[in-house]
Amino acid sequence: MTEFSMRNGSPVAPGEPLPPPEVLPPDARVDLARERADSHADEVLDALDAELIGLVPVKTRIREIAALLLIDRVRGRFGIDSGRPNLHMCFTGSPGTGKTTVAVRLAELLHRLGYIRKGHLVSVTRDDLVGQYVGHTAPKTKEVLKRAMGGVLFIDEAYYLYRAENERDYGQEAIEILLQVMENNRDDLVVVLAGYKDRMDSFFSSNPGMSSRIAHHIDFPDYATDELEAIGRLMTAREGYRLSDEAEPVFRSYLERRREQPRFANARSVRNALERARLRHASRLLAAGGEVTRDDLTTLRPEDFLASRVFET
Amino acid sequence: MRITQGTFSFLPDLTDDEISRQIAYALDQGWPCSVEFTDDPHPRNSYWEMWGLPMFDLTDPAGVLLEVNECRKAYPNHYIRLNAYDARYGRQTTALSFIVQRPAAEPGFRLDREEASDRRIRYRTHAYATDRPQGERYS
Repeated sequence: MTEFSMRNGSPVAPGEPLPPPEVLPPDARVDLARERADSHADEVLDALDAELIGLVPVKTRIREIAALLLIDRVRGRFGIDSGRPNLHMCFTGSPGTGKTTVAVRLAELLHRLGYIRKGHLVSVTRDDLVGQYVGHTAPKTKEVLKRAMGGVLFIDEAYYLYRAENERDYGQEAIEILLQVMENNRDDLVVVLAGYKDRMDSFFSSNPGMSSRIAHHIDFPDYATDELEAIGRLMTAREGYRLSDEAEPVFRSYLERRREQPRFANARSVRNALERARLRHASRLLAAGGEVTRDDLTTLRPEDFLASRVFET
Repeated sequence: MRITQGTFSFLPDLTDDEISRQIAYALDQGWPCSVEFTDDPHPRNSYWEMWGLPMFDLTDPAGVLLEVNECRKAYPNHYIRLNAYDARYGRQTTALSFIVQRPAAEPGFRLDREEASDRRIRYRTHAYATDRPQGERYS
């Protein structure tokens, strides 16, 4: 069999169909801790806890989902058929609150718990789904859906799909195909819609069918200042920098001031602030000239932040 | 007469589960799959109609099986086959090709003999199905 199946790089001959898994007797006992360790789901959950600051409601919901899938698996071993839970989700929240990051982790988690087969994330926006002329939308949307099968389809800023002001907009067609696949191919993919809270609400009110097919509406809260500070510290550490002791209070007051300003994008603004601090840090070192130590190269000082526009007013 | 061709010609027809496992194998090798159909069963007919374009960038067999089923729905009485193409340099050929649907009744072939010059005999296989116009052959 093996000799034959490898010849000429040609495919394996179809084997016997998989034997049906053994059903446990009704009085059997299953060790949940063991089952949990076998799924390796905790690694993903712990990474989620360690690398994402705050987001308590999100983490709680994801832990609940993980628990449900694990228990369903154990129930399945006793032969209790409970049907597949509906896991289509909607992530709402302000910009920069970690919606995409959580989606990536979610795909990995669902894969480990055996809910989806591959665990890849296909991230798309309106452009990838909606065509430019009549008859272009359906194949385009189907193409994306096929690519996402076995994984998670993440539709960013999903409310752009529906344009209320133009009734001939092709977005409606994409929504219909999406609904159909979400219903018929529930075994094959998980759809996650993401967007800002208020606009998603109006999107759902004009597409009630969409709202009712999504079981989990998860709201991502804005970060508090100390959470933003922790995120900043995590980011600096990852880039091989650190804040000097004097820079810490300056960074904090920078965040407080930045929050009050328009177009504040939570973690994304923190990232941008640190990028600009790196620029100033580099030019400060070059301007000073002379010799530098390892410490100089890795430490961000107060003046790197104080030069910011935020402190002008 | 049961027509056989392609990779698993010596086996009974594959079930959907077996088909999707073969697709999974092809995708794991990085071979994009495509679906083709025809109602002309002649063995030398190598140009079958394409059902859509070849499917690139897929990772999961469900997407390919979806297209196979769409094609079965549209052409319930045609032959449908699945091809996987290996684009690797040095191979660049169809790596896997097998029939995933056949008409319920296959009338088979007739052997025609034609007398040519000098008492030579020329043989020709003629599919009974092709006596009828395209699209009505297996209904």
